[in-house]
Amino acid sequence: MTRKVAVVGLGWSGFRPLTPEVSYRELTFEAATRAYSDAGIDPRKDVQGFVTAAEDYHEGTSIFDEYTPDQLGAALRPMHTITGDGLHALAAAYMQIASGLMNVVVVEAHSKASNINTLSDITAFGLDPVVERPLAAHPSFIAGLEMQALIAAKRFTLPQCGTVSVKNKRNALANLHASFAANIKLHDVLESAPIAEPITKLMAAQHTDGCVVLVLADEDTARALKGKPIWIRGLGWSNDSPALDSRAWNEARYARKAGAMAYHTANIRSPRTEIDFAEVDDTFAFKELVHLEALRLAREGEAGSWTAEGGTERGGEFPVNPSGGNLGVGSLLDAAGLARAMEVVLQLRGEAGARQLPKANTGLAFAWRGLPTTSGVAVVFGN
Amino acid sequence: MSMRRVAVVGAGMTKFVRRSLETGRELAWEAASKALESCEMTLDDIDSVVMGSAPDAFDGVHMKSEWLADGAGAWGKPYMRGYVGGGTGVFAPAQGWYHIASGLFDTCLVVCEEKMSPCRPHPQAAFISIFDNFTERALGPNLLWIFALEMNAYMNRYGLKKEDIAQVAVKNKRNAADHPASLLGDANITLQDILNSEVLAYPVQRLDVSPVTDGAVALVLAADHVARRVTNKPVWFEGVGWNLDTAYWTDRDLSYPTYVEEAARMAYKMAGITEPRKQIHIAEPYDPFDYKELHHLEGLMLFPKGKAPEATALGITQRNGDLPVCPSGGLLGVGNPIAAAGLMKVAELFWQLRGEAGARQVPGDPRRGVAQAWGDLMQVGTVVVLGK
Repeated sequence: MTRKVAVVGLGWSGFRPLTPEVSYRELTFEAATRAYSDAGIDPRKDVQGFVTAAEDYHEGTSIFDEYTPDQLGAALRPMHTITGDGLHALAAAYMQIASGLMNVVVVEAHSKASNINTLSDITAFGLDPVVERPLAAHPSFIAGLEMQALIAAKRFTLPQCGTVSVKNKRNALANLHASFAANIKLHDVLESAPIAEPITKLMAAQHTDGCVVLVLADEDTARALKGKPIWIRGLGWSNDSPALDSRAWNEARYARKAGAMAYHTANIRSPRTEIDFAEVDDTFAFKELVHLEALRLAREGEAGSWTAEGGTERGGEFPVNPSGGNLGVGSLLDAAGLARAMEVVLQLRGEAGARQLPKANTGLAFAWRGLPTTSGVAVVFGN
Repeated sequence: MSMRRVAVVGAGMTKFVRRSLETGRELAWEAASKALESCEMTLDDIDSVVMGSAPDAFDGVHMKSEWLADGAGAWGKPYMRGYVGGGTGVFAPAQGWYHIASGLFDTCLVVCEEKMSPCRPHPQAAFISIFDNFTERALGPNLLWIFALEMNAYMNRYGLKKEDIAQVAVKNKRNAADHPASLLGDANITLQDILNSEVLAYPVQRLDVSPVTDGAVALVLAADHVARRVTNKPVWFEGVGWNLDTAYWTDRDLSYPTYVEEAARMAYKMAGITEPRKQIHIAEPYDPFDYKELHHLEGLMLFPKGKAPEATALGITQRNGDLPVCPSGGLLGVGNPIAAAGLMKVAELFWQLRGEAGARQVPGDPRRGVAQAWGDLMQVGTVVVLGK
């Protein structure tokens, strides 16, 4: 019998492209302090476990988990790192509670992207060293190839992808956490500088610094705490092939499988009608469309036209990325998924301020780990 | 509340070697395949995959777990890599345990891979990047130096001599002579060989240290109802524990691993163990250095503080002793492909408890064993208790 698990605390810091006045430890301390205060807990007394998501190469430190405990109040406690998205870490924490091993577990992930001089070179280091890396190409070429293949297959059009950028950057205008909000037109997106044809600069998310901390608890603990629990109704994660030569290029198989598992665990049969809104990865504008279809939130081949018609706007039939997504908020590297989850939790609590959706009872957060991976995580939250 | 029971039903490993011709993905594949074959299962039977691997800097691949995914059998499956530095190898099976215990999955393939040899001229150089970038890196430290500090602290606290510690290396390298996958097994090695080896950073000498190694190990984990269908000799998880201390290692008493004790207490509580020395029949503590085995035996509360050297001298920790310790040969003998070495210890418990350890089999029908790993900046303890 699986125990119910809820998000009972939320904290954040940063969400700015440059944070020269703080280290990653100070960023984390600030977010953790907010989260513990929000949940009404003492990390030294009330928390059994801690999980962080981080990658050595993003941090510039090998065995980075060494440096994770102190700023969370986690020294001499059960703590471990997941080298994955923050939503993988959330899944790990979920399992530690669902198993009955622990009652309260803290999840943390952060981005100090501004410390990285040459992020694209690091991303390229994720390619296979024998057969792929010798091509010596900027890693964005992978996204360019994928988008070309999907346009050629008439899954969506270039202007439809541009609409995603317009929508998300406009949504971000109502979000105080957003670094890349803008009121722009479709032609601005299409005419901005090319990155990897047909992707232009305004169709690719830029990075930002920040930290998100969530506190998870079992049902009894959640009901005893002061705040309104937001339940984790279901979750799933999956990988496709890491190799460029053998992955699925015509669909986001990782998203389809992660979504299927999340819906199965949440007992959701018709995601489009049972879920009210979604925060899905839009690291590249076309990825939002691909992910919506793979997650069965849009019918195959229709995500583009649906978006162009306004169906996924904040006031539309099915709001997608009301926060502004990675395109509007900025991508938080390994914390990108937790930023999606943060918006879902705020919406379900009714604390999303100017961007509050009228109907927000069930929401989905979906993260893709970015280039060059085929790794995705989906989490369904309910109030 | 009662937790779901989880068993180990299969295990497999590659040979541990100094420089493998296989890529990391191939090593992971070989171990995973052998583990599946050992219990006559296929990838179709596997619901989830857990990867364990230490720094990306060894393989020189960013997001190493993503790159290893298909080698580990994770194509199209839920896949996650947990990471606690050198403690990863014993943490990974604990992570596999919670995958199944959570109720989300019935089976989990746990794969630990490490290929240190791509880092040239020597992987020790990669360790410069584990130190604090403001306060420590500028000093140019390496692991041998800081572990020499720890070894010194331990020796000074209890008045130990090099001989008291080097006997561990003799025992483990001799034990490893019976391990078909070992890199440094030597049935004829003597205490003098250890004491005469080159000094690296006093008091650490070359044969006090485990070697740089490539290799991979895999386990198949299953929930109760699946395990009973797969095998008539399931080996059960009785306890899991892990604990991470502060990054400020310079502020700690290095003579005793409190974090190992805390991890052990967590695992023992879950296993209902109140008197570890009586209730545990085999121990596979982490032994990348010979003094670490002694240190960890004390942290695991199997011997009183400062008393593990004496127990070793009395032969208690020999394979035919009262508490066999590292009957596999440990990291000092079998080799130390970081995360894979930790999982090798859990695999050894699996084989020992099933009576399948061949020439390494400890006598007396052991019923319960503990495996432990350690890592980061002398900072993390991970513990798994298995029983039959």
